[in-house]
Amino acid sequence: MRATAKTKGFPLPSSLKVVPGTESVQAAYPYYMQFGKEDDERFWFYNSMHFPEPMCLFDMITAEAAYCALGSANTRVYSLPTTLGIDCRIINGRVYIGGNAATDPAEIERRTKEFQLRAFFYYENWERLFAHWKDKMMSLIRETEALPKLELPEFEPLEHVHAGRGVASNHYILDTYQKTLEGYFRMWQYHFEFLLLGYGAYLTFFDFCKKAFPEISDQTVARMVAGIEAEIFRPDDELRRLAKCAIDLGVDSQFREGVSPDEILKSLEQLGKPGAAWLKELAVSRDPWFNINVGDGFYHYHRSWNDDLSMPFAALPGYIANAKNGERLERQTGRLMAERKQLIADYRELLETEEDRAAYDQMIELAHRVFPYVEGHKFYCEHWYTNLFFNKIREFGGLLAQNGFFAKAEDVFQLSHYELESAIVDLMTSWSNGSPPRGIARWPAIVRERRAALAEWAKHETAPALGPVPDIIDDPAIVMLWGITRENLDAWLTAGEQPNSNEIRGFAASNGVVEGIARVVKSVDEIGRLRKGDILVCQITNPSWAPVFQNISAAVSDIGGSMSHAAIVAREYGLPAVVGTGTATQKIKDGQRIRVDGGRGVVTLLG
Amino acid sequence: MRSSETIGWFADIGLADRPTVGGKGGSLGELTRASIAVPPGFVVRTGAFERFLSRLEQQELIRTKVEALGADQLEQITALSNHLRARLESAALPDDLSSELIAAHAELCGADPDSHVAVRSSATTEDAEDASFAGLQDTYLWVKDAQATLHYVRSCWASLYSVPSIAYRRKHGLPESGVAMAVVIQRMVNARTAGVMFTRSPLTGDRSVVTIEGAWGLGSSVVSGEVTPDRFVIAKITGEISVREISDKHVRHLPATNGGVCERETPENLRRAPSLSDGEILALRDIARRVERHYGRPQDIEWAVDHSGEIVLLQSRPETVWSSKGRPPVATPAKNPLQHVLKIFGGRR
Repeated sequence: MRATAKTKGFPLPSSLKVVPGTESVQAAYPYYMQFGKEDDERFWFYNSMHFPEPMCLFDMITAEAAYCALGSANTRVYSLPTTLGIDCRIINGRVYIGGNAATDPAEIERRTKEFQLRAFFYYENWERLFAHWKDKMMSLIRETEALPKLELPEFEPLEHVHAGRGVASNHYILDTYQKTLEGYFRMWQYHFEFLLLGYGAYLTFFDFCKKAFPEISDQTVARMVAGIEAEIFRPDDELRRLAKCAIDLGVDSQFREGVSPDEILKSLEQLGKPGAAWLKELAVSRDPWFNINVGDGFYHYHRSWNDDLSMPFAALPGYIANAKNGERLERQTGRLMAERKQLIADYRELLETEEDRAAYDQMIELAHRVFPYVEGHKFYCEHWYTNLFFNKIREFGGLLAQNGFFAKAEDVFQLSHYELESAIVDLMTSWSNGSPPRGIARWPAIVRERRAALAEWAKHETAPALGPVPDIIDDPAIVMLWGITRENLDAWLTAGEQPNSNEIRGFAASNGVVEGIARVVKSVDEIGRLRKGDILVCQITNPSWAPVFQNISAAVSDIGGSMSHAAIVAREYGLPAVVGTGTATQKIKDGQRIRVDGGRGVVTLLG
Repeated sequence: MRSSETIGWFADIGLADRPTVGGKGGSLGELTRASIAVPPGFVVRTGAFERFLSRLEQQELIRTKVEALGADQLEQITALSNHLRARLESAALPDDLSSELIAAHAELCGADPDSHVAVRSSATTEDAEDASFAGLQDTYLWVKDAQATLHYVRSCWASLYSVPSIAYRRKHGLPESGVAMAVVIQRMVNARTAGVMFTRSPLTGDRSVVTIEGAWGLGSSVVSGEVTPDRFVIAKITGEISVREISDKHVRHLPATNGGVCERETPENLRRAPSLSDGEILALRDIARRVERHYGRPQDIEWAVDHSGEIVLLQSRPETVWSSKGRPPVATPAKNPLQHVLKIFGGRR
């Protein structure tokens, strides 16, 4: 399916075949996400950045909610001059997207006028609106946390009757489901309220730097803008704090490698006062900072630290040992701040004219203002809220499983959100009329078929892009969010030509050259296999992975740019990193010797 | 030994002394004063040349003869050049001058019998910014002893009367009275690796990087273009090494047994090996930054690393190609700073 340079174009959507035997599963995805004949006219690319694995039916709600919100912000709210929204299709579990652009000069002119009235207002009132955003986001989180537990008792509780509630419990099951969905769609609206404006202001500075300093690295520009006390550092900071608490309270000997979190918690409970004091500190850290999940928040199976303590607990023995060796555990924010300031001043000094320096000052100032949102929103949206949402859906799964719809709660994610609503109505009806739910006979076979399809789809590679190659990628949203440029597309078109190359290229994310043993870690459950000095090779990392950086010698990821989590943390730890390679986890064998050149963005396979 | 009318030790001179020590000498003095390591040495000031020339002029007019020539009289220029160069190279130095130079040479080389010097022309008209004239004078490397040094000092002086030098001056109507030659006498560095570096990118003009080119052995192989050097690009401020192009360095220049430079094949194990370590690249970048800061403008630098890993500079000149282009500003400040974002959101316009 991979395009070759000979055709000088990508395969047409209509030429993609649904994997045989999975047709009915493909057909279960919403009609508006199926490719149609007219889609051959347009350019599409595989959104492997956000959806690197085949998407199960329920999880497609993320693509739906996110593109709906992104599009409304671009098209209707801020009137981005040249960009409308993103269209989305799915085939064989792979999500393809394509942008709509405004190209008529008069239309761009009209949209530019609107943009200035809208976007400029946001920039001018950024701090106030961002504070308001945090309030809105926190109340949404609290609302969702406060959604009622799902209960269908045999008899309606007597107090409901005496209070004259007049509405039975089954009604609230559907009501809660609809509120859960509403919350998720709303969260994505909030997510995009600032995002494009934030990235745009950052890219304005980035673009200036690239013109003034044609050979500057992306990571240097990123370092000039990156925040020092952003939320993404907090979970890792909390672990260091807990390590120090354990030493101060004298309970550090409980944290040993290979001991499960449950055993550790049990032994701390038996330690009396100091154990209880540490557990209290743990509770403080967990709410909210353990609400980070081990993926990017787009798959229901990327669970959070709160759901699975093994990730954070695996890091504690290392942090405790470091602290005992006299290493300072706190991030030295003062020093980092001074370094950033110096970096900005040093580059400023190299500019050749007073005008350049004045423009540079204006642009970096704006970039610094917007960046706390760009860095901070992920914790609230993609981690905290997404986690809350998928766990609430899991509760519905539990209720349906109890009532015989599925074998286990997790099966719920094999239903689309429309199908899930129908199953809930089925259950409501059954509870009300005393007949068995119809779904018992329907869903188990479907769930089995869909799980099999996902496993099959995962074995098939998919084309990185489809349709005619555009002359130029002029859509700031696509360039900003996906880093797709005309040059990338040309590289994709020729990717098939050097199949035997022992080099893998990606973004140069953190400087340095290291050779070592590659540890290909496909999921967070495998991080226990990392030994000191190994090179981490993974699909994507996020804040919950920060603790593993204390042991590794370099990092390579399939997904991410110079501002991705892996890049930021690698720079923080001074480790070489190459991110956004696309294929590292497929091409590098576990245990293979590799060289990572983080300054050039090249990984070389040695053994 | 102190500096004098005749001699200026590097530590005692600077760019301001260019009228008497020449461009090269002034630059080496300036670097020494800025605490940047250069091979130790001194300059035979233009006064020494004047004394030597005026003694010759007593016997035969020189400057008037040159000024009488037209730029297009190539045959006459050639004849006079041959005559004058032979005359200058064979004439004895005034005794006091000769003894002062021998004493300075002894002080420079100490008791080291293996020490060699470079004898390099440092013309006062060789304004470093006038690149077209730079390099017309001779340089003699791996000069063995004081007598040979005195000989090459005269050769340098004589090079002022080479055919291209005379033709150049006649073409531009430069008065002969203003033409003088200082000569740099400097300890040779037996370079393990040597080359050039630019404190901006020669490709893009980017001032945020230092571009380093180096090869095994003496820097003459790089300067003359006889070997494709390794090429490194390092961020001036952060020290990230973004480019490491390791070339096949088939030959290297080495000091010849009897003085001078010879070309030898590079041993197989070195040909494709990087000629600089990352630590050395970083050290060169530090030096490049200091030199550029000292001069307040981008520089074009010759450097060498000796066998103990010590780095010295052989020369630093202002970079001329990009600096003379006068780039327009990348952006101008906007009355409303928010207008800048339209560069991203506004599309191709």
